[in-house]
Amino acid sequence: MSAPARTPAGAPGSLTGPGSSGGVGTDAARPDGTLKVRGEFAYGSDLWMEDMLWGTTLRSPHPYARIRSIDVGPALAVPGVRAVLTSDDVPGAKVYGLELADQPVLAVDVVRYQGEPVALVAADHPETARLAAARIVVDYEVWEPVTDARTALGHPRWNQVHDGTAQVTELSRESAHLHPEGNLVRHLKVRRGDPAPTADVVVVGEYEVGMQDQAFLGPESGLAVPAEDGGVELYVATQWLHVDQRQICAALGLAPEQVRLTLAGVGGAFGGREDLSMHVHACLLALRTGRPVKMSYNREESFFGHVHRHPATMRYEHGATRDGDLVYVRAAIYFDGGAYASSTPAVVGNGGTMGIGPYVVPNVHVDCFGAYTNNPPCGAMRGFGSVQTAFAYESQMDALAAELGMDPVELRCRNAMEQGSEAITGQVVDSPAPVVELLRRLEAMPLPEPAPDDLRHRPGGVSNTTHGEGVRRGVGYAVAYKNVGFSEGFDDYSTARVRLEVVGGEPTVTVHTAAAEVGQGLVTVEQQIARTELGVDRVVVAPKDTAVGSAGSTSASRQTYVTGGAVKAACEAVRARVLERAAGVTGRPAAQLRLFDGAVVGEGLELPLAEVLGDDAVEETLEWRHRPTEAIDPETGQGFAHVQYAFSAHRAVVDVDTELGLIKVVEMACTQDVGKAINPQAVVGQIQGGTAQGLGLAVMEEILIRDGRVQNPSFTDYLIPTILDMPPMRIEILEYADPHAPYGLRGVGEAPNISSGPAVLAAIRAATGLPLTRVPVRPEHITGV
Amino acid sequence: MRFLQPTTWAEALEAKTVHPDAVAIAGGTDVMVAVNFGRLRPAALLDLTRVGELQEWGTEDGVVRLGAGVPYARVITELGDRLPGLAMASRTIGSPQIRNRGTVGGNLATASPAGDAHPALLAADAEVEVASVRGTRTIPISDFYRGVKRSALAADELIAAVRIRPPSGPQQYSKIGTRNAMVIAVAAFGLALHPDRRAVGTGIGSAAPTPRRATAAEDFLAGELASAGLWESRAELPATTAARFGELVASAAAPIDDVRGTAAYRVHALSVMARRTLGWAWTEYRTSKEV
Ligand SMILES: Cc1cc2nc3c(=O)[nH]c(=O)nc-3n(C[C@H](O)[C@H](O)[C@H](O)COP(=O)(O)OP(=O)(O)OC[C@H]3O[C@@H](n4cnc5c(N)ncnc54)[C@H](O)[C@@H]3O)c2cc1C
Repeated sequence: MSAPARTPAGAPGSLTGPGSSGGVGTDAARPDGTLKVRGEFAYGSDLWMEDMLWGTTLRSPHPYARIRSIDVGPALAVPGVRAVLTSDDVPGAKVYGLELADQPVLAVDVVRYQGEPVALVAADHPETARLAAARIVVDYEVWEPVTDARTALGHPRWNQVHDGTAQVTELSRESAHLHPEGNLVRHLKVRRGDPAPTADVVVVGEYEVGMQDQAFLGPESGLAVPAEDGGVELYVATQWLHVDQRQICAALGLAPEQVRLTLAGVGGAFGGREDLSMHVHACLLALRTGRPVKMSYNREESFFGHVHRHPATMRYEHGATRDGDLVYVRAAIYFDGGAYASSTPAVVGNGGTMGIGPYVVPNVHVDCFGAYTNNPPCGAMRGFGSVQTAFAYESQMDALAAELGMDPVELRCRNAMEQGSEAITGQVVDSPAPVVELLRRLEAMPLPEPAPDDLRHRPGGVSNTTHGEGVRRGVGYAVAYKNVGFSEGFDDYSTARVRLEVVGGEPTVTVHTAAAEVGQGLVTVEQQIARTELGVDRVVVAPKDTAVGSAGSTSASRQTYVTGGAVKAACEAVRARVLERAAGVTGRPAAQLRLFDGAVVGEGLELPLAEVLGDDAVEETLEWRHRPTEAIDPETGQGFAHVQYAFSAHRAVVDVDTELGLIKVVEMACTQDVGKAINPQAVVGQIQGGTAQGLGLAVMEEILIRDGRVQNPSFTDYLIPTILDMPPMRIEILEYADPHAPYGLRGVGEAPNISSGPAVLAAIRAATGLPLTRVPVRPEHITGV
Repeated sequence: MRFLQPTTWAEALEAKTVHPDAVAIAGGTDVMVAVNFGRLRPAALLDLTRVGELQEWGTEDGVVRLGAGVPYARVITELGDRLPGLAMASRTIGSPQIRNRGTVGGNLATASPAGDAHPALLAADAEVEVASVRGTRTIPISDFYRGVKRSALAADELIAAVRIRPPSGPQQYSKIGTRNAMVIAVAAFGLALHPDRRAVGTGIGSAAPTPRRATAAEDFLAGELASAGLWESRAELPATTAARFGELVASAAAPIDDVRGTAAYRVHALSVMARRTLGWAWTEYRTSKEV
């Protein structure tokens, strides 16, 4: 490890946690839990160095404009200002991006969204920096923004297309190309079976999902410290240190060993920290000034400083037999990617390849598009392309059930995917897929009692809008599936370094990975796996940094699987070496020995590790990858695209004040197959949190955009559920092992975020009898005024 | 930035005269939001939390005098019986933390059309007691609101208290928000029945440039109650009367479309809230003992 010359206050330390502990399958306590509950945990915004400067960002007020000129002179004249930078000062690549490098570090000639970074200021005090930034004179030639994905692609609006989906012919003539290659980021096609199928019963629906924000509580923050070798140390709250490092190196024109990252305390992520925010900016300012530079967004800037969930418009056509067997599904899905690509290609990949839900359908025709517009850039958010489509396909299943006069759960069970089924990509589902059981278990749960006579249990809560007047109850079901890990041939691996030694007489394991802990509890899982594999209680989790190889992203529900797999493999390698040593000491074959409770044990033998190891440390570092996936066929969408699927189902019970359009979700029930619950309490936490986030999108969470401008960049008007909005839950966890995964586990974090919202929407529909094709549902949608 | 911290009311008024650009701060739940968003950079802050007189309430000649600095949490726990409408409104405000800090004085001085104290104060015919080194004056609540976030408070004045007569009949408060707690009103309605005066009080929030009364609705209902002898008979209220009252309340509003809701929805919601709250208030009146 190349330790920085000076360590800032608030830099992460090793985590060991409470004395009590546990291995795989236990509710082991979080090593960072006590610190967090007591308010002692340092987040990125707590980083501090005595001589640090504060960086700030000047952002574009316009969604689309040409920059005629930038005059930084007035800003430089402000006392206390140490540097003002524009794109001319970016020494390396001027653009970056997760999948396509198309996003300027600082705007180059054109700004493509409101809030795009244009210039940077470093000053002695944040107030000085802000004041100076406001003095930079930017002369804009304001252009008309492109604000609709279909318009951007030159596709007709659906009310003009009654028979079938729009075809991509050419890019728009009306809307200018926002990028040289045109406005299409990706078009994914799935073609399966009969291209012109017919069916007894057909339902068509058009659906819309608004733009959701990750709304993490710890805004973008980091501290860049210039290093003596001409490089930089960056402490930053992020999701994938190494993908950041790659992009930062390119922008700075530095080698990887010169750009060293350490994970600062992360206050939530949900996908919103996959893209760079202040990373390169702080490094540029630090390298220019030779001083540490801290950047920390406030809440409003945070809304402009990270990508959001893609809004989607979708048109679905489902055909079925009179008996309720699905015959075909046609779908056209449009994701508005905003100004830059970010993760749009992969979001389109998910949206398209899983776009009809966990059902078996012989004939499928899906077109899924991602488009550039001048709306805020959209990228990764929990559920990643599957949240949007689930609203559409589950609404369609309800509409079809109604058309058939069939119970909605019955219809779903009749068409449900199971182990051995073929997904619409032709991929055989080769591990348990208990869709039917998830739904049947929900059905079997008792329904909640009528609401007690207490305002807190009514729609509107303590705002005192109803004492029961106008209130109707509805029940809705939804089921969803989602890929775990990176798909479509991506080399998806993680690296773990595990060391076993005796420290102060106590056997101690140190686990070092670069896997970002973003609140989900990976640090606990790393400890649990090491305890189980090495039989040692004391496990230290080293700070996450780039001194060890890449762990891949903390996203796609993948870290317990992939970094968990890497830690397990590294522990196995360490164990093999320790047992070899023990074999040498005892003369017993290693195969007859195991590690338990800090000792090597065998038939009638218990040898403390201290005696085996002495002062030596046994350390192994290795990369671990899940079995490979493959790219899908560009014309048919067929291929082994995904390594694993996660399945969850929800039942929502909702009371709706039909006269005022206000909603009280009475109960959420969830069933989920997790393969193996490594930490059951953490699994329940993921299900509760994911459910709340899905509920939020169904009834309140939306970034409102008008003419490319954000209308509500604050928690005053971007509402997320409170404890009076999120009801108690019934949760049943199934553990059907996936034979391909470590311990049989499945990724947990995203699935419950996908099925929850559609269940809430179904329940509101059941209560009101309204079609409700747009989320979030607003009171006006229910009252009709 | 200067930080002024008077400990007596006289000192506070003196400071406000010497530093007219000083921004008063009570709970800080509006001031600090503006500071954090960079919208407010006051030359001086005038901290009123050390002025003991502002943190008290009492009764004078049967009228409750509520110090401007009494937080909502105390209105709820200490004044639920004497100021039921204001206490109900206070329960809908923010979160426990906000209710521990936020004050009626701060709500009045901010004079936001969405402030939750206003409809309750309007319905109850409150008076605002304001003072400066020039003296003290009392402003009837209906004259207090002068425009979007503008009030009748002069540059050198501070709010001392609000004066509210205790209720002679039921009061109600109802507020629409798009979540079930911690939400700014999309529309709000306060109602007070005043059987002693045979009068009706109303207040509308978030549905016009200022909080306002629905006077036509008040007059209509008072008239109906009187002409049908309902104050005395305590008989059931005709459904048509309640519905008409709702319509008149709604027609007193002049809302706009904004991120929180549409004008049309606000009008609709007001009519429903007015009808429902009247139903609850009338039921309470009918079932309560004559005094
Ligand atoms: C998270 C959150 C939720 C909120 N929810 C609600 C809500 O649901 N409903 C609602 O109505 N409001 C809400 N508010 C706004 C705020 O809490 C209220 O307006 C509150 O009443 C303000 O009181 P305060 O004592 O905190 O005022 P401060 O912020 O201290 O002051 C507000 C204004 O009043 C002036 N002022 C204060 N005291 C005096 C005085 N004695 N004389 C003259 N001027 C004075 C100040 O100079 C300032 O202009 C919320 C605020 C936050 C941060």
